Amino acid sequence: MTPQTDQPALPPMKPDREVGIVGYGAYVPRYRLPGAEISRIWKDGMGGSPVAEKSLPGLDEDVVTMSIEAARNALARADIDPSQIRAVWVGSESHPYAVKPSSTIVAEAIGAVPATLAADMEFACKAGSEAMQAAIGMVGSGMAPYALGIGMDTAQGRPGDALEYTAAAGGAAYLIGPAGESLAVIEATYSFVTDTPDFWRRAQAIYPSHGERFTGEPAYFHHITSAGKALMDGLGAKAADFDYAVFHQPNVKFPQRAAKMLGFTGEQIEVGLLSNRIGNTYAGAALIGLTAILDQAKPGDRILMVSFGSGAGSDAMAVRATDLLAERRDRAPKTEDYIARRTEVDYAVYARYRGKLRTK
Amino acid sequence: MSVSQNWRLERQRYRLQGEECPHCGAKIFPPRDACPECAKPAQEPYTFVGKGEIYSYTTVIDGPLGFEYQSPYVVALVKLDEGPIITTQLTDLEGEPEIGMRVEMVTRKLRTDGDEGVIVYGYKFRPLLLPEA
Repeated sequence: MTPQTDQPALPPMKPDREVGIVGYGAYVPRYRLPGAEISRIWKDGMGGSPVAEKSLPGLDEDVVTMSIEAARNALARADIDPSQIRAVWVGSESHPYAVKPSSTIVAEAIGAVPATLAADMEFACKAGSEAMQAAIGMVGSGMAPYALGIGMDTAQGRPGDALEYTAAAGGAAYLIGPAGESLAVIEATYSFVTDTPDFWRRAQAIYPSHGERFTGEPAYFHHITSAGKALMDGLGAKAADFDYAVFHQPNVKFPQRAAKMLGFTGEQIEVGLLSNRIGNTYAGAALIGLTAILDQAKPGDRILMVSFGSGAGSDAMAVRATDLLAERRDRAPKTEDYIARRTEVDYAVYARYRGKLRTK
Repeated sequence: MSVSQNWRLERQRYRLQGEECPHCGAKIFPPRDACPECAKPAQEPYTFVGKGEIYSYTTVIDGPLGFEYQSPYVVALVKLDEGPIITTQLTDLEGEPEIGMRVEMVTRKLRTDGDEGVIVYGYKFRPLLLPEA
């Protein structure tokens, strides 16, 4: 462990006024590339795949279009006028522009302009929960009645690299507002960050680089378990006190092991563990696991979500479902509706859809 | 089209925002500030629900400049539930569409102005994600 992470834990983070999720929405594009296809091209079909298949966007989709649909689903579940949204934050590592916010396009499309903040967040796979944290602070301080935090990605994997099997597309949008109008209230959060270079992409580089096995222990597991444990300790809660948990899901094994390290059972993480069917949706991965759980949770159910972003850090959030959840969730497509909508493609179509073919 | 021309069309393209005639109640798309039904002034904004049915369609194999990367694609006339018929691309299709098929609006990439230009977003229609109640 690095010296700076040996500090004692601080109390959980809580805003001055209680806030919650007043609307949530998922999005997964319809195309799927089986891991066996990548193995066929690069390993002569000999290697295994960390996930059965991954999702990929269509030719006319990107983080902006996918965020708009997730945001519209979140709005459909909330009873609010979109002009009352005073912040729109989109977290992603695949914003379509290097300079020009995705968030202004999303805000314009959903009618949240012009009296609003808008910015893009970047923190590898943690950018989405970072946007949620900022929205919680914004609403919790009273500066805004509602704020929108989105985590969405169309992740790029270097052809032939281990991460090509999992780099996928999808994510979720969370509309944060007063606890009294919420489908799930935010009990508390805990953010945990160190400078750990486990995965990065330099400016102008198309594909990311990573530290191979360095991405495990000192990065993923250290940050997820530290944030999760600090939050649970601060709340005086044990793993058994939660009905569901979801951890950042870059593959299937990592979240299963993180869950075990924190004392959670396979049953508690089953509903939110989607990576085997859609891959790693990066900034959307923990967030879309939570939408799958909210699609099913009963009033009073407690849920722990812990994200992880390379670079590195985790945001842990404890949320509790309210009576409004069951009443509102059928107003928009569920996470499972998007996952069930499935068109399988081969490596050639994938190569075209993901811009891996040079035409000039 | 120039950056400013696309910018002026953002609301109709992103949200399907047209107009409603205060005199005869007709819903108007695209917005034109005069009612095509009763010829009176009509400037009241109206956001269409975004559902309709395929009136007719054709497949474009060789798309024009700016659309070549999405070709082949389907262009359709969609009759919106509020009345107007609009020209739009269909997306997320699995096989051939059918005349009369119910479709819903999504916001997608329409075209890209080369590798360094702006990305133009706007409405397309897809088969309904969920069956109607």
